[in-house]
Amino acid sequence: MSDEVEIPEVDAVSGSGIPIRGNDIDTDQIIPARFMKVVTFDGLGEFAFFDLRFDDDDNQKDHPFNEDRYQDSSVMVVNSNFGCGSSREHAPQALMRWGIDAIIGESFAEIFAGNCLALGIPTVTADSETIEALQDWVDENPDGEIDIDVEAEEVTYGDETIDVTVDDAQRKALVEGVWDTTALMKSNAGAVRETARELPYVDDAAIPDAD
Amino acid sequence: MSEGTLYDKVWDRHKVTTLPTGQDQLFVGLHLIHEVTSPQAFGMLRERDLEVAYPELTHATVDHIVPTADQSRPYEEDAAEEMMAELEENVREAGIEFSDPTTGDQGIVHVIGPEQGLTQPGKTIVCGDSHTSTHGAFGALAFGIGTSQIRDVLATGTVAMEKQKVRKIQVDGELGEGVEAKDIILEIIRRLGTEGGVGYVYEYAGEAIESLGMEGRMSICNMSIEGGARAGYVNPDETTYEWLEETDYFQENPERFEELKPYWESIRSDEDAEYDDVVHIDANELEPVVTWGTTPGQGIGITDPIPEPESLPAEKQDTARRAQEHMRVEPGETMEGYNIDVAFLGSCTNARLPDLRRAARIVEGREVADDVRAMVVPGSQRVQKAAEEEGLKDTFEEAGFEWRNAGCSMCLGMNEDQLEGDEACASSSNRNFVGRQGSKDGRTVLMNPQMVATAAITGEVTDVRELPETEVTA
Repeated sequence: MSDEVEIPEVDAVSGSGIPIRGNDIDTDQIIPARFMKVVTFDGLGEFAFFDLRFDDDDNQKDHPFNEDRYQDSSVMVVNSNFGCGSSREHAPQALMRWGIDAIIGESFAEIFAGNCLALGIPTVTADSETIEALQDWVDENPDGEIDIDVEAEEVTYGDETIDVTVDDAQRKALVEGVWDTTALMKSNAGAVRETARELPYVDDAAIPDAD
Repeated sequence: MSEGTLYDKVWDRHKVTTLPTGQDQLFVGLHLIHEVTSPQAFGMLRERDLEVAYPELTHATVDHIVPTADQSRPYEEDAAEEMMAELEENVREAGIEFSDPTTGDQGIVHVIGPEQGLTQPGKTIVCGDSHTSTHGAFGALAFGIGTSQIRDVLATGTVAMEKQKVRKIQVDGELGEGVEAKDIILEIIRRLGTEGGVGYVYEYAGEAIESLGMEGRMSICNMSIEGGARAGYVNPDETTYEWLEETDYFQENPERFEELKPYWESIRSDEDAEYDDVVHIDANELEPVVTWGTTPGQGIGITDPIPEPESLPAEKQDTARRAQEHMRVEPGETMEGYNIDVAFLGSCTNARLPDLRRAARIVEGREVADDVRAMVVPGSQRVQKAAEEEGLKDTFEEAGFEWRNAGCSMCLGMNEDQLEGDEACASSSNRNFVGRQGSKDGRTVLMNPQMVATAAITGEVTDVRELPETEVTA
């Protein structure tokens, strides 16, 4: 059966950083809706932050995603309420396909963080001073390595080690490699049918027979 | 932790088990799908050789990319046609019911669910769309999910979730003339912030909520997500039941109405329910709210001054400065008199029949201002038909509005309905993000439908209560 998908454990992520400054960066900024007229996620990476990166004539604007020094970066450092707005998984898919493996920020919109988790991308948080200091350090050290220890909830860069917060369920899911929940939840199909049968609004005919 | 709330009760009834991550596996009672966020999920199912587990609890429509002018197939835009064809193929293969445009039942997913009686109290409802919170108006637990979660729901009929806290938002008092449900929710988001609801579900209560019809309740629950809350709900009551009784499902199965009513009653929040937080809003104090910035939290009463960025909390100042630059507004001024180029009446927030009726009352006997492009996009084919039958289409067209077919349209500019260049739009939709309406230089001012109609007539943001010789209703 091909539903035996290999789910890697994500207990740590390392890479150089890229700072994306600003609060309330919404999903329409991350991936404008016109790039969602597609039936797969392939190729979305080049459209990440598109309208912030290019003007009407496709000339590059100032944006970290355009800068040579950040082209190999994989750890994005953001401020508060990152990813607010729509539920489009196209947003983290675009970032992932650009090369982002983990995001450190002050706070994340809930659906966005959930979508990141479903792709195995940690969204770890720290207070605003800590984040700003890290963003400044990344500016100075674009090739500098940032190590995120998901399990220990620590981030190390330069000579610093800082405490960060990883949501409990997210941490367990990443560290134990259960962030792709399809097979896990499918294995409970019997209990799912039982739950459905107890609900007065679910027609018995809508409940599938046992496998 | 909350106890005895509708949220707690519905959660418990749908909980299958606790997963090793600590998340709960929740049974999904209704899975709504559309063309933008589902094709990749069906692709993942194929890769894994999985089938749709509960096709009869799944329902599809097409809304985001559907053209609202010429809907003949194939659609003029290749990408739109491809997405529609893919959805048709996926639902046919899986045996999922599809309210496509040939059925007369098509429309925005959050308009058609309630219309058909698919949306019911005490159901868990998910959709790959953040405005799924709309369905909470019926006392359902409804929230938006991403595409990988759509895959989970398709394959298993369940979703993995962490339980949230519950904040009760008690709205007492009575709305004044020209003030609507939309203004209540814009005020809530302004006050609590765009991330104030992260980690919470919102329960909307109080006489100002209870006195609203279902459409007003939907407008409020719809924008819960703009305040950071993934879900929002109103406890079901007689208003809810009256709506349900008229829907297809209960017209066809009248016995189910009486059978299910005890369940609906049982999941209402208890009188002595415990909440994690309670917030009070006085409806008497509200006036029509308009946004001055580029997040839905950047709103003010129509007679209030646009805030100085320095007067805001430190973390909001930078966003406010950039927003004011983009919108070209000055702190200290009001939004009254702000020139608009486009008036958009539509979206899952405000494109139901009563929304269009209130707006039509404003435009009746008047004309759209020169140089303003005004359009009405009904939320569904049924809304469209009903509005046409009662003469609203004629009223709008006589005033100079375009009357279009149902879809998401200019709320997010995924079809041909888009702002051009730096056009400013008076919009009854839900998001004023930069670029949201299809042009990155476009400027969106969110407001209630009566205010949109008023702006269309005057060509600028105008207090509906100041428009002479017109009847305005709450």
